[in-house]
Amino acid sequence: MNYFPDEVIEHVFDFVVSHKDRNSISLVCKSWHKIERFSRKEVFIGNCYAINPERLIGRFPCLKSLTLKGKPHFADFNLVPHEWGGFVLPWIEALARSRVGLEELRLKRMVVTDESLELLSRSFANFKSLVLVSCEGFTTDGLASIATNCRHLRELDLQENEIDDHRGQWLNCFPDSCTTLISLNFACLKGETNVAALERLVARSPNLKSLKLNRAVPLDALARLMSCAPQLVDLGVGSYENEPDPESFAKLMTAIEKCISLRSLSGFLEVAPLCLPAFYPICQNLISLNLSYAAEIQGNHLIKLIQLCKRLQRLWILDSIGDKGLVVVADTCKELQELRVFPSDVHGEEDNIAAVTEVGLVAISAGCPKLHSILYFCKQMTNAALIAVAKNCPNFIRFRLCILEPHKPDHITSQSLDEGFGAIVQACKGLRRLSVSGLLTDQVFLYIGMYAEQLEMLSIAFAGDTDKGMLYVLNGCKKMRKLEIRDSPFGNAALLADVGRYETMRSLWMSSCEVTLGGCKRLAQNSPRLNVEIINENENNRMEQNEEDEGEKVDKLYLYRTVVGTRKDAPPYVRIL
Amino acid sequence: MRGMSELEAGKCNLPAESELELGLGLSLGGGAWKERGRILTAKDFPSVGSKRSAESSSHQGASPPRSSQVVGWPPIGSHRMNSLVNNQAMKVAKAEEEDGEKNVVKNDELKDVSMKVNGKVQGLGFVKVNMDGVGIGRKVDMRAQSSYENLAQTLEEMFFGMTGTTSREKVKPLRLLDGSSDFVLTYEDKEGDWMLVGDVPWRMFINSVKRLRIMGTSEASGLAPRHQEQKDRQRNKPV
Repeated sequence: MNYFPDEVIEHVFDFVVSHKDRNSISLVCKSWHKIERFSRKEVFIGNCYAINPERLIGRFPCLKSLTLKGKPHFADFNLVPHEWGGFVLPWIEALARSRVGLEELRLKRMVVTDESLELLSRSFANFKSLVLVSCEGFTTDGLASIATNCRHLRELDLQENEIDDHRGQWLNCFPDSCTTLISLNFACLKGETNVAALERLVARSPNLKSLKLNRAVPLDALARLMSCAPQLVDLGVGSYENEPDPESFAKLMTAIEKCISLRSLSGFLEVAPLCLPAFYPICQNLISLNLSYAAEIQGNHLIKLIQLCKRLQRLWILDSIGDKGLVVVADTCKELQELRVFPSDVHGEEDNIAAVTEVGLVAISAGCPKLHSILYFCKQMTNAALIAVAKNCPNFIRFRLCILEPHKPDHITSQSLDEGFGAIVQACKGLRRLSVSGLLTDQVFLYIGMYAEQLEMLSIAFAGDTDKGMLYVLNGCKKMRKLEIRDSPFGNAALLADVGRYETMRSLWMSSCEVTLGGCKRLAQNSPRLNVEIINENENNRMEQNEEDEGEKVDKLYLYRTVVGTRKDAPPYVRIL
Repeated sequence: MRGMSELEAGKCNLPAESELELGLGLSLGGGAWKERGRILTAKDFPSVGSKRSAESSSHQGASPPRSSQVVGWPPIGSHRMNSLVNNQAMKVAKAEEEDGEKNVVKNDELKDVSMKVNGKVQGLGFVKVNMDGVGIGRKVDMRAQSSYENLAQTLEEMFFGMTGTTSREKVKPLRLLDGSSDFVLTYEDKEGDWMLVGDVPWRMFINSVKRLRIMGTSEASGLAPRHQEQKDRQRNKPV
C-alpha cells in the first residue's frame, strides 16, 4: 500500500538515522520492513550475544557500519574474568565470508586479537574507521596490520584498551600513500613511539582533525606536530614532566597559537604545571577539556586554566580541583553540559585532604543551567545537598554519584540518603541513567520505581534491605534496559517475581546478592529467550554435580535476552542454565 | 555506619545472630588466623543483619575495609585505576626522595635505582594475580607489601579456600615460598619473562614485577630464576 515507489521511500528513510526510529519503521509493514532492511547502513548491537553474525548479515546485507558491545559494564571494574567472552573474530569472519562492504567497526568491551585485526584489514577494501573502547587481547602487531592494509583508513581511535606494546614500528606501517587520516588516537599505548614516523604521518595528513598522543611523545615533538597540523580540532597531549627550556617553550607557544580550530583538549598524563600557560591562548575556544588523567596538576593551576574556558561544555577532571575549584567552574562555565569528577586518591589514605564534597556539587548545579550529565566521586554527601541539586537542575539525563565508602550515610544527619536521591528522580523527569551510593534503604527504590519513568540504566551497589527494593524498581521503571546490582540483599523472590520482564531489557547483572542456584535454575527453566549465566569463583565446586546445592548463593549472575540461544564460547567456569 | 567486611570463609551461610568468632577461628588453619586478627561477626554490624558483603583482600583486625580493598570498588575503569596508582606511587617516591636522609635503609642505593628511572617510578601499585584452577583473578597492591613473607601471606589470604575444597573441609595454608606446598609463586617481569619469586632483592622485585601467578608445582618444574621462559607470545589469550 505504498503511494510512492520504493526508491522514494528509501530516500525518505535515509533521513531517519537513530536506531530506535529505524527499528520502529521496520515494524510498520512488510514492505517497509524490506525497504528498511536493505537500506540500513549502520547497525548497533548492544549485546553481541543477543544475535549472531549470520542472522545479522541475513537481515542487513548492505550494512557498512557495525557497533558491537561485549562484556557487561561491571567488567570495567574487574568483576568479569578476562576469558568470559565477547570475541570479535567470529563476527569478522562472517562479515568477510559474506562480502559485506564493511567500512566502520566500533567495539566496546570485546576481545580483539591480532588475528582478527589482520583479517579485518585484508577483507574489506573500503574499510575506513576502527574504534576500540575498553577492548583487550591485541598487540601493536595488530595495529600494524591495520596501518599496512587499510588503504582508505580515516579513523583509528583506541580508547582505554589493554594493548600489549611490542615496541614495534606500527606507525611506520602506514604507507606513504596514506593521506586520508582524520582521526588518530593512541593515548592508551604504553610503550615507546616512533616519533619521527608519527611526524611524517601527521605531515602528510591534511585532513587530520583529531590527534591523541600517548605518554611517550615528548614536548618538542608536540610542538612540531602542532606546527604541521594547525587544523587540529581535538588534541590529546602526551606527557612532558621536565620544565622545558625557554626555547622549546617558545616554540610550543607559537605552535599552539596557530591552532585556532582547537576545541577539545585532553591527556596531560604527566605534566609540569609550568607548561600549562602555553595553552592559555586557545582556552577561550575550548568546548571540551579532559584533565582526568593529569594527576600532577595542582588545584590552583587547574583553576587558572579553567577560568579562561568560558565556552566549556564538557569537563572531566580530578577531585584535586576541590570545592573551591568547582565554584570557579560554576562561575565561569555557563555552557557546561557534562561534568565528571574522578577521585585522585583511591586508597583513602589522605583523609585530611577534603577533595570534593556536596558543596562543590551544589555550586555546580546552581551555576550551570545547562548541566544534564554528571559523574561525581566524593567522600561525603547530604540529603540537603541532593535536594538542592534537584531543585537547581531538573534537566539531568545522567546522574551518577559515587560516594567512595560503601554504606556511608548523610554526614550531617547520619540518615540514609533515600530522600536525597528521591528528590533527584522526582525532579528530573527525563532521567535515563542513574547510579546510587551511600547508605540506602528500600525506600530509595520505592522512589525510583515511582518517579523514574524514563530510566533506562540503573547501577546499585551496597544498597537496600529486602527484596522489595528490587521489586519496586522492576515494577516501576518500565523503560529499564540495563540493571546492574552488586552487594545488595536482593534474592530469589525479587528475581523471580516477573520473569517475562527480562525480555524487555537488555540485561541484568547481580553479584554478591542473595540469589541462589535454585532460583536461577527456576528462572532459566521457563525462559528460552534468556541466557542465564552463572559465574562462580570456586570452580571446583561445579565438578561435583551430584552434590549440587540449590541453596548455594550465586556469586555472579548475568542474564540477557537473546534470539540465538546458548552461546558456545563460554569458558568452563561460566555455567549457562 | 561502617563499611562491611566479612571473611569469605569458605562461603558458609552465616546465621544471623550467631557468635561466629570462636567456631570458625578454630577450624581454619589454626594459629595463623589468630595472628592476623579476628573474623568479624554479625555483632559488629548491628543494624545490618546477615547481608552478604563484599570481599576484603586484607584483614586488618576490626577496621572496615578501605574502599580500595573491596574488589571492583570504587567503580573506576581499570585503565584509569592503573594510571592513578602509578601516579600515587610517583608521589610517594618523590616525597620519600625529599625526605631523603631521614629513613636510611640498608638497600638505600638499590632503592634509588629501583624507585627512579629517569625520574619516573616504575610499576608499583596493583598487579594482577592468577592462580591455577581459579577462574577469577585478583589484584594485589604491591605498595602495601613490605617483604616476600608479607606478600605470601596476603596472597594466601586472598586465595584461601580456593584450592579445591569446600567450606566444610579443612583448608591447607598455601605456603608459597618454602617449596613444600603444591603451589609455587611466579611472576612476569618487565621483559615478559616468567620467574620464580624470591630470588632477587625485594626492591628489585617490586620494581620489575608486572603480574603474579600461583602455579602448580608440576607445571613450574621447568622454570628457573633468570632463565628465559618460552614467552607466551600468543597474546590472543589475555590473562
